[in-house]
Amino acid sequence: MAKAKQVTGAVMVVGGGIAGMQSALDLANSGYYVYLVEKSPAIGGVMSQLDKTFPTNDCAM
Amino acid sequence: MDLDKCIACGACSDKCPKRIPNEYNEGLDKRKAAYVRYAQAVPLKYGIDAENCIYFQKGKCKACQKFCPTGAVNYEQQEEVRDIKVGSVIISAGFKPFDPTPYVQYSYANFPNVVTALEFERILAASGPWMGHLVRPSDEAEPKKIAWIQCVGSREVNTCDHPYCSAVCCMYAIKEAVIAKEHSHTDLDAAIFFMDMRTFGKDFERYYEGAQEDGVRFIRSRIHSISELEDRSLQIEYATEDGQARVETFDMVVLSQGLETAPETIELCQKLDINLSPGKFISTSCFEPVTTSRQGIYVCGALAGPKDIPLSVMEASAAACAAAGKLSSARGSLAQEQEFPEERPVAGDIPRVGVFVCSCGINIAGVVDVEAVAEYARTLPYVTFVGNNLFTCSQDTQDKMTEVIAEEGLNRVVVAACTPRTHEPLFQETLVNAGLNKYLFEMANIRNQDSWVHSGDPAAATEKAKDLIRMAVAKAALLAPLQEVQLEVTPGALIIGGGVSGMNAALNLAAQGYTSHLVERDNALGGNARSLRVTAQNQPIAPYLDELRERIEAEPLITVHLNTVIKEGEGFVGNFKTTLAGDSGEEVVEHGVTLICTGAGEYKPAEYLYGQDPRVMTHLEIDQAVLGGELDLSEVNKAVFIQCVGSRDPEHPYCSKVCCTHSVESALAIKEANPEAQVVILYRDIRTFGERELLYKEARSKGVLFVRYDLEHKPEVKATDDGLMVTVRDHVLDRDLLIEADLVGLATAIVSHKSNELAQMFKIPMDSDGWFLEAHQKLRPVDFATDGVFMAGLAHYPKPLEEAVAQAQAAVARAVTVLSSKEMMLPGTVAFIDQRKCVGCGVCWTVCPYQAITQDDKGLAVVNEALCKGCGTCVASCRSGAPNLRGFTNQGVMAQIMAL
Repeated sequence: MAKAKQVTGAVMVVGGGIAGMQSALDLANSGYYVYLVEKSPAIGGVMSQLDKTFPTNDCAM
Repeated sequence: MDLDKCIACGACSDKCPKRIPNEYNEGLDKRKAAYVRYAQAVPLKYGIDAENCIYFQKGKCKACQKFCPTGAVNYEQQEEVRDIKVGSVIISAGFKPFDPTPYVQYSYANFPNVVTALEFERILAASGPWMGHLVRPSDEAEPKKIAWIQCVGSREVNTCDHPYCSAVCCMYAIKEAVIAKEHSHTDLDAAIFFMDMRTFGKDFERYYEGAQEDGVRFIRSRIHSISELEDRSLQIEYATEDGQARVETFDMVVLSQGLETAPETIELCQKLDINLSPGKFISTSCFEPVTTSRQGIYVCGALAGPKDIPLSVMEASAAACAAAGKLSSARGSLAQEQEFPEERPVAGDIPRVGVFVCSCGINIAGVVDVEAVAEYARTLPYVTFVGNNLFTCSQDTQDKMTEVIAEEGLNRVVVAACTPRTHEPLFQETLVNAGLNKYLFEMANIRNQDSWVHSGDPAAATEKAKDLIRMAVAKAALLAPLQEVQLEVTPGALIIGGGVSGMNAALNLAAQGYTSHLVERDNALGGNARSLRVTAQNQPIAPYLDELRERIEAEPLITVHLNTVIKEGEGFVGNFKTTLAGDSGEEVVEHGVTLICTGAGEYKPAEYLYGQDPRVMTHLEIDQAVLGGELDLSEVNKAVFIQCVGSRDPEHPYCSKVCCTHSVESALAIKEANPEAQVVILYRDIRTFGERELLYKEARSKGVLFVRYDLEHKPEVKATDDGLMVTVRDHVLDRDLLIEADLVGLATAIVSHKSNELAQMFKIPMDSDGWFLEAHQKLRPVDFATDGVFMAGLAHYPKPLEEAVAQAQAAVARAVTVLSSKEMMLPGTVAFIDQRKCVGCGVCWTVCPYQAITQDDKGLAVVNEALCKGCGTCVASCRSGAPNLRGFTNQGVMAQIMAL
């Protein structure tokens, strides 16, 4: 039997918009170290620019 | 900027002399070169934009450094290159809103009152350039007439090579129109110019209908041109569906810009050797929707094809599941658990309350006299320490608070700042770090509920801040330490439903090392997919199902229960106990999480000769007949497909999302088998969203005819001597068309199984159409409000196969966040019953929305702390005062009221 390969328990997430943030949170909450990489000075992506969102009209922030 | 030193006070930005267009507000106003992207930015740290900074460009200025109170400004910082070792990578680089500037036909660059949809979002936003006042850019006057133009940079190949539909613009345009009408002081005339209205998501169709009722005008048209009048209003020339030229004038025009992949992202993908789709999104297979062509690299969100927020969030969790799948042996090897000091006992001690008054930069201190408030707080009973901080939430202040709590021997803490909704967890952690029970904490919201709303009356705001703090201190003195309930987690899942979603959920759980019971009421796995021919990418589905079944059979961690139904369910997150009833009798399984993958059914119509003439078939029946060899598509000469059969009507007021693509696929398959065949699709709106639009385009180029009908003039199907005759009212010609057919395909709706029993057993809500209702439609699309229960597939809403697979992976990622913790802590703020006062009347267990209260053997009420969410309904409803809520006791609340 082939020897199991050593794997690294860390994941890099490239892009800190709503999708990247959710991926990072799910991974961190299941025991993986996450490097969240974002080119702009704040996470949030385009969603942070939205005023209100359907259907609850919640503030996107 | 030294991030550890920056306290986000804003002094650097105030003093910075350089003003440049603010990209956060889409350039509609200015920001400084020293700036923070927006007030709620995470991390909330200022930065210097070196490209625009006067010091970096000309070597002089340094105003920010001079005025920074903490010495955080450091001009010597250099870019660092770091090598990082990871097990997998997720690319979620998102999209770039289409920029209409270079395209003459949109008249965007020269006319100030033609704005993009994202600019309009900023105009509507309270944090935007005009603080949410609806104005147009040229003269800042309120527009009375606004037009939205759809498909700007979408479904457009002539100028910008975007053959795809951007999938989100129809909905955001409707939302913007509805909200603009709400903001308007006059009766705003909002008109949306569109080709097909694509409101295919959950509750979208209702929103579209609601907007029509609210007076938003929807004009099916093609835009010819936009020109500017002398007063900077805009004249739109357009052609209606029947070919008539019309002209209308608007005060403002919003371009519903599409989504595209940024050039730098395309470059990154090329560097990483990841395949792109024709529309330049990352290409994925319907069977592995978050897996890129490069092993170990996964994708989610709009970079994997244009999509909305809920689907992006779903894919994000799915990508987390896929990325973790191969790493489970290294789970926990790098992530560290936080360690905390031992808790200091406070029982019997006299309360020593510390009050920390926050200035929040100028957010609070600009209105409230924080020094006077702090001085006042010192006079309150039990208060032994008062501090005032510029930003109580900054890391250095947290460290200082930890020291002060120890030095002053504080045993209760009040923070007078912002809202507990966002900041309570942070301050509670500070208490824990200082060895205090985290429930010995109370907040007074002197920002959101005081300085923000009373900014015009500083004196009154200062008095109100004193009142709020006095109330908080009164309650704090009565706070008791609370113990959190620790629960063991059963590390396995129950998956209800053995269709594509359930099968994928089981396999993905197994990949992460968790067992599951996969329950299917039918005698085989596969669900609706057994009747489907191909995916939207024309991949055959039957071999895929065979592969899934084989992998499940070979997987020791999965137990399949066929011909089995759920008889009884009890328990809560981490500890469910469910009774299954199958061929071999009943069996009780214990599981930590529950996944609802129960699917949906196909609507059986009572119109268009369905059931009376064998040549009239539903989509699934046609696919089944082809798969079974009973129908040879090369022998079909004249086919007609009728869309929206049972969808978007009063009985099912929603779009079934998959049927337009299905008809187009079937039409293409007929054309492929018999190029001479005449194929006509009768539709209301063609909803081939995303890159499915390319299929629609291909069908038209191959001669498939598309004829629109509306609900008032539905097509008719009659049997004649030589076949079938379909009559439809054509809108362009304004007369009836008679179409002969030897096959009529009905694009029938997907309908809910309406499993009320299941809903009750697992305490999960259902909407009026029978779809299970997620915890939050945007941000928690696969979770339920009930912890530990998740869903995937058609039980949530009609969706194509690739979305069902993604949702199954997402549900697994969410489930693993529960399963991977050996034990879980439940909040201490739960109800308890003083049984000496309880008479067993039953009011509390009737009103409890979480079914957390039951009767014990004496007939008295008892709270299951694992189910209780601390809502307090039982406390308010009891006539005897038997229930009380920990952390929000009657005594504490009364003390607050008496202090006012």
